[in-house]
Amino acid sequence: MGKTMMPAAAVRRAWLIPTLILLAAGLAVLSLATGQVPLSVGRVLTVLGGRGDAVAATIVLDLRLPRTLLALGVGAILGLSGAVMQGYLRNPLAEPSVLGTSNAGALGAVIALYYGLDFAGGATLPLLSVAGAVAGLVPLMLIAGRTAGPLALILAGVAVSALAGAGISLALNFAPNPFAAVEIMTWLMGSLEDRSFRHVAIAAPCLFVGAVLLAWDGRALDALSLGEDAARTLGVDLPAMRARMLAGLAIGIGGAVAVSGAIGFVGLIVPHLVRPLTDRAPSSALLPSALGGAVLLTAADLLVRVVPTEQELRLGVVTAVLGVPVFLHHLLKERRGW
Amino acid sequence: MVTIAMTDLSVRLAGRTVLDGVTATVPPGALVGVVGPNGAGKSTLARAVAGLLPPSAGSVRIDGRDVGAVPAGDRARTIAYLPQGQILEWPLSVARLVALGRLPYLTAAARIAPADAQAIERALATADVADLRDRVATELSGGERARVLLARALAVEAPVLIVDEPLAALDPGHQLHVMAMLEGLARGGATVLVVLHDLGMAQRFCARLLMLDAGRLVADGPPEMVLTAERLAAVYGVRAWVGVVDGRRTVVPVARI
Repeated sequence: MGKTMMPAAAVRRAWLIPTLILLAAGLAVLSLATGQVPLSVGRVLTVLGGRGDAVAATIVLDLRLPRTLLALGVGAILGLSGAVMQGYLRNPLAEPSVLGTSNAGALGAVIALYYGLDFAGGATLPLLSVAGAVAGLVPLMLIAGRTAGPLALILAGVAVSALAGAGISLALNFAPNPFAAVEIMTWLMGSLEDRSFRHVAIAAPCLFVGAVLLAWDGRALDALSLGEDAARTLGVDLPAMRARMLAGLAIGIGGAVAVSGAIGFVGLIVPHLVRPLTDRAPSSALLPSALGGAVLLTAADLLVRVVPTEQELRLGVVTAVLGVPVFLHHLLKERRGW
Repeated sequence: MVTIAMTDLSVRLAGRTVLDGVTATVPPGALVGVVGPNGAGKSTLARAVAGLLPPSAGSVRIDGRDVGAVPAGDRARTIAYLPQGQILEWPLSVARLVALGRLPYLTAAARIAPADAQAIERALATADVADLRDRVATELSGGERARVLLARALAVEAPVLIVDEPLAALDPGHQLHVMAMLEGLARGGATVLVVLHDLGMAQRFCARLLMLDAGRLVADGPPEMVLTAERLAAVYGVRAWVGVVDGRRTVVPVARI
């Protein structure tokens, strides 16, 4: 690699993307093989190949595939959202759960589900979830526009997160619902237990639209490395970019939490892990973060089923165990003046 | 060759008039400096000329076109702007950072083309940071970072270069180097506007100075006309020694009045 190397050519290690895709595919197959009826990987692959016996086909395709697809999709949008929020806010601690977007979206979903709201048919749930996410994002963006301090934003995010979390508990306690305690856990910690294709149908359009909007402005995120003024003089239309990003976050995260609840830390851990394998420009982390999010959440969802507990572990438990050390590590670095 | 024309330019920020009725022209071919005490409106002038702040009155025209009316892409290729304060948010390599200067030329999915790579090499060489290309920019010394960020602005290869306090954090050798480089760019036909605190450097390298005080343009002309002892006393509140060193007019602030 001499002087003729083009500076933006080697944006990441060549093996990073193929490795992540293979990992995601492998974990997805393992996820399909895991459950109350253990299936061999061979049987799963036969079913996926379109042959296989009826029993295995029903278990794999009808019962387990929705869960696996959701783990991949929700994980991908969480990872991507984390990478975009960190790039836009220029803060390595920003991500949907730390900044409260996930909880705010989940609050919208809870209100839709437990108060039997139905003003838009099947779209009511994701609509309210997206609205919740918007409500959680707007105060953060106002604060981000006003102060330079990264910690002020995190504090505001913690406040939004706590308030929305309390809102979820409150809403479930007031709802005519005998299982409030369990349900509160599900929405605050996230779960993909017993998901069906109905859930996939709710989430898929949101995840797709959200991902497209979020991946749109990679170049602008790079330019923001130089601050807003320099980015604008490089041709970045900041208001348009901000609008796309907010819409992408709200739709993507809203759609994800509507079916999975608020799953913490995926968007924090994944960009942090993949960034050293890239040139550290925000745009270089977007695709690996999406793939890495899919890998991490599928692995976590596998883990909650494999760990022998009386009641299935919540996803957020696993991701928090992985994510909190990363968070603390960054906070300590922050004190050294990141 | 591009000419900047400010006509009765006023800018209000947070309800306060920061720039008040400035009329001046910045032609290509001669280094123009902006001087004035802290809070005089120098950075605001630079930002308004770069199209970052809408005028509350008056106009900034780039070759006759209102800077706010130029499409963002065109403007990005016409005006390179280096803000003050060495802002760098991620630990990018120097080469990657300087490559950001080519963003105005890249379409959505395009990679860096050979022409871009050459522009980046020229910028690295001009700012004397080619040997730092593989270093992480956030781990450089303040002076090195200043030159790397300047290289980023140079990589745009725009006809207009606006630089806000490029000398902060630079040692005397690199100050002289950066000023000579800006002067050379201007002489080569670029339109260069540089905000300066160092009056000695302003005197030594600028062909023309705009002096601001409390948002108003109080002097506009060659350094020997602008940086007079009387005006430095009136505007900066300092007593200055003005004399000749090495056959050059030299200005040194000596004491507060």
